[in-house]
Amino acid sequence: MSKNWPLWEVFVRSKNGLEHRHCGSLHAADAQMAMANARDVYTRRSEGVSIWVVESSHITASNPENNGEMFEPAADKVYRHPTFYDLPDEVKHM
Amino acid sequence: MSEKEVKNLEEIFEARIARDEKIEPKDWMPEKYRKTNIRQISQHAHSEIVGMLPEGNWISRAPSLRRKVALLAKVQDEAGHGLYLYSACETLGISRDELYEQLHSGKAKYSSIFNYPTVTWADMGAIGWLVDGAAIINQVPLCSTSYGPYARAMIRVCKEESFHQRQGFEIMLKLANGTPEQKDMAQDALNRWWWPSLMMLGPTDAESVHTEQSMRWKLKRKTNDELRQQFIDQTVPQADLLGLTIPDPDLKWNEARGSYDFGEINWDEFWQVVKGHGPSNKKRMKDRVGAWERGAWVRDAAMAYAEKNENRKVKKAI
Ligand SMILES: [Fe+2]
Ligand SMILES: [Fe+2]
Ligand SMILES: [Fe+2]
Repeated sequence: MSKNWPLWEVFVRSKNGLEHRHCGSLHAADAQMAMANARDVYTRRSEGVSIWVVESSHITASNPENNGEMFEPAADKVYRHPTFYDLPDEVKHM
Repeated sequence: MSEKEVKNLEEIFEARIARDEKIEPKDWMPEKYRKTNIRQISQHAHSEIVGMLPEGNWISRAPSLRRKVALLAKVQDEAGHGLYLYSACETLGISRDELYEQLHSGKAKYSSIFNYPTVTWADMGAIGWLVDGAAIINQVPLCSTSYGPYARAMIRVCKEESFHQRQGFEIMLKLANGTPEQKDMAQDALNRWWWPSLMMLGPTDAESVHTEQSMRWKLKRKTNDELRQQFIDQTVPQADLLGLTIPDPDLKWNEARGSYDFGEINWDEFWQVVKGHGPSNKKRMKDRVGAWERGAWVRDAAMAYAEKNENRKVKKAI
């Protein structure tokens, strides 16, 4: 009985200076194969200069059910933004 | 969860769809939304990989190296499209193995168009031009489908599709401007692929059982009939340019509608093919299942090798 190849997530840096971005997933037996497949599937048209692959099971994701307590507290903290502060128009370069 | 809670979640969900928000894998969604998505995305994925078979048939016999590299690249793209779509589908909680099992057992459908044989080189032209052309018309609106992973996969697919259609049209153009025999070959391919291409966009709206709900959930953004009309309107002038005749005596411009009127589609043929009685259904499934089974030892060997390496690493660490 065969065992299924695990799932991997693929992140590609499109050019130096930019971050790696998640671009999709694939199945592979090991990291080396995941890398080879990621190259063939996601960078056939010069979409990248660097690839990360990580087994999907190693990712911990936040749960949308907790979005309230996770993200809402940021909404009422307007004082974290520069526009919260009243300054006269004469002040330049600030 | 109580019935009231579910009802509440459903309302929130419908409101999100109405606001054009995307739904992501871990978000709550109605079971039927999940199921409908799985059906639609997996059907699409199956079509991409079964779609490699009729064209794969001609790779070794392409008339020049230029044509061969192009066709090879196109078929490889289709494998990629299948993979993007399977991955999107798996985010809905179904495994790749189950998806393959549904395809191989005949439980899942794939596009009816791939059950027609590719008998001449001109079929590579007609497929790229018409079949990929119809696919693009179907896929562009799906870039804004409501399920995030599906929409992202479609954006990637659409970026790659346009070369497929252009290489097909170029093949047709070359044949249409070639010797009389070559032109006949192009016309013959158009004759055979025209009607199946129209059918490929799906049953009429009146017959399509899933359309209404899918439109409401923004899984589908245009109806089959709308897509078909768009395809016809954009393809007729292209056929004129090739100097080829579309095999439909009822085809004519309707000034009032600003669209082409067209003849009756043979829906009996469509349903026959969908039910498995097309010219190549059996061959396609035999080839697909055969490739999967013959590849089993390779998949097992790769897994065994990976496990051996992993164990070795663990032992060293101890
Ligand atoms: Fe495709
Ligand atoms: Fe497609
Ligand atoms: Fe294509």
